[in-house]
Amino acid sequence: MNEITNVFRRLNREGKKALIPYVTGGDPSIEKTYEFMEFLARNGADIIEVGIPFSDPMADGPVIQRASERALKAGTAVKDIFALVRRFNKAFTIPVVLMGYLNPIYAYGVERFVSEAADNGVKGLIIVDMPPEEAGEICPLLRKYGIASIFLATPVTNRDRILKIKKIARGFLYFVSVTGVTGERDEIPTDILEKIKEIKGLISLPVTLGFGISHPRIVEEFFPYLDGFVVGSALVRRWEHSFSVDDPELKNFFQEMVIACHGS
Amino acid sequence: MRKGYYGKFGGVFVPETLMPSIYELEEAFFRWWRSRDFRKEFEGYLKDYVGRPTPLYHASNLSVRCGLTLYLKREDLCHTGAHKIINALGQALLAKKMGKRRVIAETGAGQHGVAVATAAALLGLECCIYMGADDVERQKMNVIRMDMLGAEVRGVETGTRTLKDAINEALRDWVTNVRTTHYILGTVFGPYPYPQMVKEFVSVIGREAARQIWKKEKRLPDVVVACVGGGSNAMGIFYPFLKRKEVTLVGVEAGGKGISTGHHAARFQGGKVGIFQGTKSYVLQDSNGQILDTYSIAPGLDYASVGPEHSFLMESQRVTYTSATDEETLEAFFLTSREEGIIPALESSHALAYVIKNCTRWKDKLVLVNLSGRGDKDVETVSRTISP
Ligand SMILES: Cc1ncc(COP(=O)(O)O)c(C=O)c1O
Repeated sequence: MNEITNVFRRLNREGKKALIPYVTGGDPSIEKTYEFMEFLARNGADIIEVGIPFSDPMADGPVIQRASERALKAGTAVKDIFALVRRFNKAFTIPVVLMGYLNPIYAYGVERFVSEAADNGVKGLIIVDMPPEEAGEICPLLRKYGIASIFLATPVTNRDRILKIKKIARGFLYFVSVTGVTGERDEIPTDILEKIKEIKGLISLPVTLGFGISHPRIVEEFFPYLDGFVVGSALVRRWEHSFSVDDPELKNFFQEMVIACHGS
Repeated sequence: MRKGYYGKFGGVFVPETLMPSIYELEEAFFRWWRSRDFRKEFEGYLKDYVGRPTPLYHASNLSVRCGLTLYLKREDLCHTGAHKIINALGQALLAKKMGKRRVIAETGAGQHGVAVATAAALLGLECCIYMGADDVERQKMNVIRMDMLGAEVRGVETGTRTLKDAINEALRDWVTNVRTTHYILGTVFGPYPYPQMVKEFVSVIGREAARQIWKKEKRLPDVVVACVGGGSNAMGIFYPFLKRKEVTLVGVEAGGKGISTGHHAARFQGGKVGIFQGTKSYVLQDSNGQILDTYSIAPGLDYASVGPEHSFLMESQRVTYTSATDEETLEAFFLTSREEGIIPALESSHALAYVIKNCTRWKDKLVLVNLSGRGDKDVETVSRTISP
């Protein structure tokens, strides 16, 4: 049984939702990212998503584009991300999932990537530019090495595709709140509730909401319908203020999100 | 062969949000491409609006100078000045059929952008063009043209500020406005069905050229040469010759300042297989899989990857890929201007440079070059190289 599943089971029993913060690995350095992850782990994160930086992040908005640029400028490579996860796993039991684009993984060697990811304690993998149609090579490897293959669904994903995704998705389903790129949004259109209900009716995996979760209010609004919330740009934007875990705005924001997901 | 693949190259590597639109596009393309009415409409525009068939011109002065028989397929005479209008019109018509009211596109040289802006004006579609900020700077005339045609041009300041960054922004726009917008990708690149669809549209170039050269010379050419950015003008002219093994096919990439300097866009010389902007193909990348900055004097060739079918044709050795440097390209640019009275686009000048460089190899042979566009857009760039 993958640790990700256990997290959702436990939270479900406690009537809580998973809070899944996103950080870009190496932004602005691996050392700093470690401090950030430590802060998130100590203050209520349930799963941490670490982005593998890529030169051309076509599904990301400006905030995460900038984070990716900073990480690459610092020379961050896949092996550095693995070392980061290994170090984190020595101190914490919170599952880490990686999120990235396919080319750096492909350049590393797909099987080598998956096996080393497993060795270093990666629990799940999200590849933004790999729809189920192209997952035929990597999914069997992920199963072999015990890493959850996490897939996305969106407001325009129809029933047939949901069933297609269901066949190969493990860990949790990542529901993208809007058609668009990552970035903060004031409002999330509530018409996605219909789609979320449809997905919940078809898939037994936990379903999390991501993209544009910029305010605890959004968590409160969707709380009953989902199993977790991914917070990316809103967090990274506060992080880039000073790259310090003592930044009061960063601390306050994260605290509010924890309360929204877990109750006080 | 797996659907959407050319050998091991191709595929559909896009975010989930785009998948429904990819299927919608595939369905619409194959349905309408089989429809006689659609074909008639498309061909009608090609004839009366674009000015097709474009002439096949015997470049006698250059022929004498090079010691061979050189024919130029005059895509420079297309409305808007390059072959790009063919695909732009085809996809804009398709966008209408799909009920999309807005089209977007990336552009490097500005030729595809102008073509899309033109098709959008003609067909009453809202139009937004993404262009790298550096390209906005070096292809000013085309920016002004797009503006006059009623398109919005958005300069892209991120990344390397060239074509690949424009594609990233266009993809971001498409992901956001996927319900109302069709993305008119400008070459035989990107996720399936684009490489296939664009190839079908531009194959008219080769079909015409094959017919024309047969009429004039009563035989097939010995060699067909085209420049390769994404690869549409090359795929268009190669298409009918692919099965005729006796015809040598040569694709010319941008050698920039020379392959050894690292400042080039020759994917088949400096690249390796990767997955980028929707497709698996040869990509200029570092050892970590990060996409490299490219360089060429010709913005339309200044791109880190290449159409997947070209990768297939390279590995199967059906097409030979080589490169021409900026310097060789400029020489060909001037020679063609002065000998033939034709100012070629810097992109097309790469193909001409190959012929000039390889005169002796093709001595007395019948050579066909795709003159993919005219050089009006490049006069500023070129004049800067002579009077610094
Ligand atoms: C005149 C001309 N030729 C060639 C190209 C390169 O594109 P492709 O390789 O798709 O023909 C361009 C691109 O902008 C162009 O404007």
